[in-house]
Amino acid sequence: MTKQQANWSPYDNNGGTCVAIAGADYCVIAADTRMSTGYSILSRDYSKIFQLADKSLMASSGFQADVRALQKVLAARHLVSYLSFIYQHQHNKQMSCPAMAQLLSNTLYYKRFFPYYAFNVLGGLDSEGKGCVFTYDAVGSYERVGYSSQGSGATLITPFLDNQLKSPSPLLLPAKDAVTPLSESEAIDLVKTCFASASERDIYTGDKLEIVILNASGIRREYLELRKD
Amino acid sequence: MFRNQYDTDVTTWSPAGRLFQVEYAMEAVKQGSAAIGLRSKTHVVLACVNKASSELSSHQKKIFKVDDHIGVAIAGLTADGRVLSRYMRNECINYSYTYESPLPVGRLVVQLADKAQVCTQRSWKRPYGVGLLIGGLDESGAHLYYNCPSGNYFEYQAFAIGSRSQAAKTYLERKFETFVDSSRENLIKDALFALRETLQGEKLTSSNCTIAVLGIGEAFSTLDQETVQRLINEFEVVGEDPPAEASAAPDQSDGAEPGPAAAAAAAAADDDDQETPAADQGAAPMDI
Repeated sequence: MTKQQANWSPYDNNGGTCVAIAGADYCVIAADTRMSTGYSILSRDYSKIFQLADKSLMASSGFQADVRALQKVLAARHLVSYLSFIYQHQHNKQMSCPAMAQLLSNTLYYKRFFPYYAFNVLGGLDSEGKGCVFTYDAVGSYERVGYSSQGSGATLITPFLDNQLKSPSPLLLPAKDAVTPLSESEAIDLVKTCFASASERDIYTGDKLEIVILNASGIRREYLELRKD
Repeated sequence: MFRNQYDTDVTTWSPAGRLFQVEYAMEAVKQGSAAIGLRSKTHVVLACVNKASSELSSHQKKIFKVDDHIGVAIAGLTADGRVLSRYMRNECINYSYTYESPLPVGRLVVQLADKAQVCTQRSWKRPYGVGLLIGGLDESGAHLYYNCPSGNYFEYQAFAIGSRSQAAKTYLERKFETFVDSSRENLIKDALFALRETLQGEKLTSSNCTIAVLGIGEAFSTLDQETVQRLINEFEVVGEDPPAEASAAPDQSDGAEPGPAAAAAAAAADDDDQETPAADQGAAPMDI
């Protein structure tokens, strides 16, 4: 008598890839806009990037219904602490990116026993104006890094980013920062290259690339057409 | 004469059909420092007098942002005001989460009024001791509401609450017909003038007042001190001539609310210490 397995799953994987790179005074967050299920495409123009606060953006791949729910919960939780913050401190300051990173971690762990099927990358500027990227697993374990990739194309992109960006041996002096020495435009080009390559081999990545650049002057978006097959 | 027999708890009616505890709560509002609201078709301006209990301390915050499209000014027990502001913020956040659109002001006002009413019908509770001037924007335009401790609410073109608010109301009554089509700047200017009336001779500067604005295309925000001072100078709102109706006595009962005698003010809890010769001499400087 074999144990009966569930024939219905509450989860689905909508595919897609996200990347973020932190610079000295900027942060680049990018994700493709393809949403799929199984071998079918649901949308060629669905954004995976969400602005959580002034200086924080989140890109999430995985199950988009959970991603959307997570975005809404975070927006509400941010507002609760933001509004009480401006009450106490009387200046219109939103949550910093590192604070938002902790909030995201707590929100994910809250559902430890029925997780959000979301693989997140948080990007933004810290309180000193330096770029920061935080990478997560589905239940909230996170780490600040200089660059990260999540989603179906991550296995193709991460080794390439390691090759291009990973700081050499930690034994070298002076100690290298988590932040890449690349300029903003170089980082954007690198991201475009990553996705162009990933789209070649990963069937779940393609259609269009959405790039959001966050720096001292504000927020800006760029788009790049990718392979449609 | 019979007042003291029927004022012990909020669930006891007086023979004349009054709830004295509720009326005492309204009295607490009148003891707070002034708050003023005005609206046009497109904007709402909230203004208040900043009263610090001593030179050493900072002043109490009386104007709160509830959401991008709603702000509130309070008069009375600040602690009650703070708690109600938190309630309002949570309601707005939850509504936005569920409906992905801003909470209509009218709904929030009714929810608040119902919350206040509960406290007038439970023997283990007391009424909130704070009056709220709620300014908000929704699909039907700009609105200004006043919520009482009694659970009543009213919509206004312009209103003033708190101590010496009668002086401001007189000014507003003269000019309110111009507010509907007023520009944002003129609305702020009228708010400053009305505020000046409540100061009764004292000089109006950016350090003794706070102004907040919200409107179509403009999220709720409090104007910073420099902007306010600049506006005061521009409009020459500095206390030039004290208004003719400057009487020594504080504003007695207003037309809208039943007015217990000033002696009852001493019975009400936690009043601010005012220079006005009211019955609350020597009351602890606790709230505004």
